[in-house]
Amino acid sequence: MSAPSAASPAVSAEPVAALSTGPLARVATGTLAMAQAEMRKLRHDHLDIVTRSVQPLLWLFIFGTALRSNRSLTLGTLDYRAYLAPGVLAQAAMFIAIFFGLAVIWERDVGQLQRLLATPLPRTSIVLGKSAGACVRALVQALLLLVVLAATGIPVRWTVTGVVGTLAMLMLGTAAFACMSMLLAAAVKERERFMGIGQLIMMPLFFASSALYPLSVMPGWLHVLARVNPLTYEVQGLRQMLVGVGGAGEVWLDFLVVTGFFAIMLVAATRAYPKAIL
Amino acid sequence: MSASASDAAVLVDDLVVRFGEVEAVGGVSFAVAPGEVFGLLGPNGAGKTTTIRVLTTLLPATTGRALVAGFDVRNDSLAVRARIGYIPQAISVDGALTAYENLDFYGRVTGVARHERRERIEEAIETMELAPLLDRLARTLSGGMLRRLEIATALLNRPEVLFLDEPTVGLDPTARGMVWERLDALGEQAGTTILVTTHMMEEAERHCDRLGVIDRGRLVEQGEPAELLERHQTGSLEEVFTAVTGRPIGEENGEDEGRLSDVRAQRRVARRLG
Repeated sequence: MSAPSAASPAVSAEPVAALSTGPLARVATGTLAMAQAEMRKLRHDHLDIVTRSVQPLLWLFIFGTALRSNRSLTLGTLDYRAYLAPGVLAQAAMFIAIFFGLAVIWERDVGQLQRLLATPLPRTSIVLGKSAGACVRALVQALLLLVVLAATGIPVRWTVTGVVGTLAMLMLGTAAFACMSMLLAAAVKERERFMGIGQLIMMPLFFASSALYPLSVMPGWLHVLARVNPLTYEVQGLRQMLVGVGGAGEVWLDFLVVTGFFAIMLVAATRAYPKAIL
Repeated sequence: MSASASDAAVLVDDLVVRFGEVEAVGGVSFAVAPGEVFGLLGPNGAGKTTTIRVLTTLLPATTGRALVAGFDVRNDSLAVRARIGYIPQAISVDGALTAYENLDFYGRVTGVARHERRERIEEAIETMELAPLLDRLARTLSGGMLRRLEIATALLNRPEVLFLDEPTVGLDPTARGMVWERLDALGEQAGTTILVTTHMMEEAERHCDRLGVIDRGRLVEQGEPAELLERHQTGSLEEVFTAVTGRPIGEENGEDEGRLSDVRAQRRVARRLG
């Protein structure tokens, strides 16, 4: 074998800029970089949010108006559309979050994922950053829907803490479902199959929750399913904060359940994500 | 071995990668000296991409050892990732962001300090001649432009070793020439070590300082291009390949070709680039 001239030793003892800060700081800056990229993408394609907002409005104004006179759904006094609004907000955000997994599969197919995994970017940042991207979209959509609620005079309790709490709960739920979606994407790996499985998971989550009707009208078996469904707690929290009814427990408990769900999904997605390239 | 273990930019020692029953890489050893342009040459499915994935810390080796910039890819993977640039065969920039936004994004995720970022980006724009494209969404760029943008994004952290997997596949001859011209300049000016995989013989002969010929997961020959031609008394690397493997490079490796999803992804990329 020949001996090419070794100009300089390759082994560098000097620290590299990428690793000069602590792990937590690296997770934070990495997540911010990922989230900013997602926001920029949204800015290049803002029509997307508007088209996605059509479906929740259909639920609210067609489904909601049709069932308006059914008093058993609203526990008596409330306009059903006001009762339904938190459920529709949560569902619309969940749709965004769950189909975020498709983007992950696409990025694997085109090579972006491999590229990111070969940078010093912490794995947690990749997952958190993607979740933040889903959250940004869900936030814009939620603001849009809240404006529609206000404009059409649906009787929602407009308090500052209520609205801020609502947005916080929506972000938390969206981040959790986005992580679940990435977990799913890492397992499924193919877009066509993901579409099917995404639907398969999303619809039962939606129907077996308190998004459309109170737990009290559900038969026993459905009640049990709804009780273990994190979307139920998200909706209950939203409903307490936004319309002041419908929660079976305290708001803090709803936050606790959704936070716990997010933490579990984040850890699982961070572990599964690097395997998605294989 | 051409470079000793202590000063090699890349050192691969008896690397084996198995996926279940399939042995994708079966005992490969080679070393790349700092500043060298090393080409891994072989047909599709020979084990080139798998080798690169081990060296870029994406895939664990089944057995064997690999050092990049002096760090073990398994035990010191973070130190390796901080010192390399990697451009996979598929398109790795984000089509929904502009060229400049892609540069900024990769500057941040590869850990370039804020006060240096702008300067590094300007440098990379100049090196890769990207100035007229900065405000265009990456999805509107042609194949050659995309490759130059990708190389630019991989230079921001001033990598000690740059890995490129089939960088010119799907490009027309003009774009290929331009990509290689930029890579040659990079090796000469910045002294970056470059490890590139290709199945294009004439490119390998013209642009690589040294070559490793890989076939069915084994490194069957290595040396400088001229040296290989002389050793096998032939005029072209195609004939060298035929001499060491017993068949022409055009014949692909059948079942090692990769799974449907990989092939489909490659075709999608080829369509984009073409």
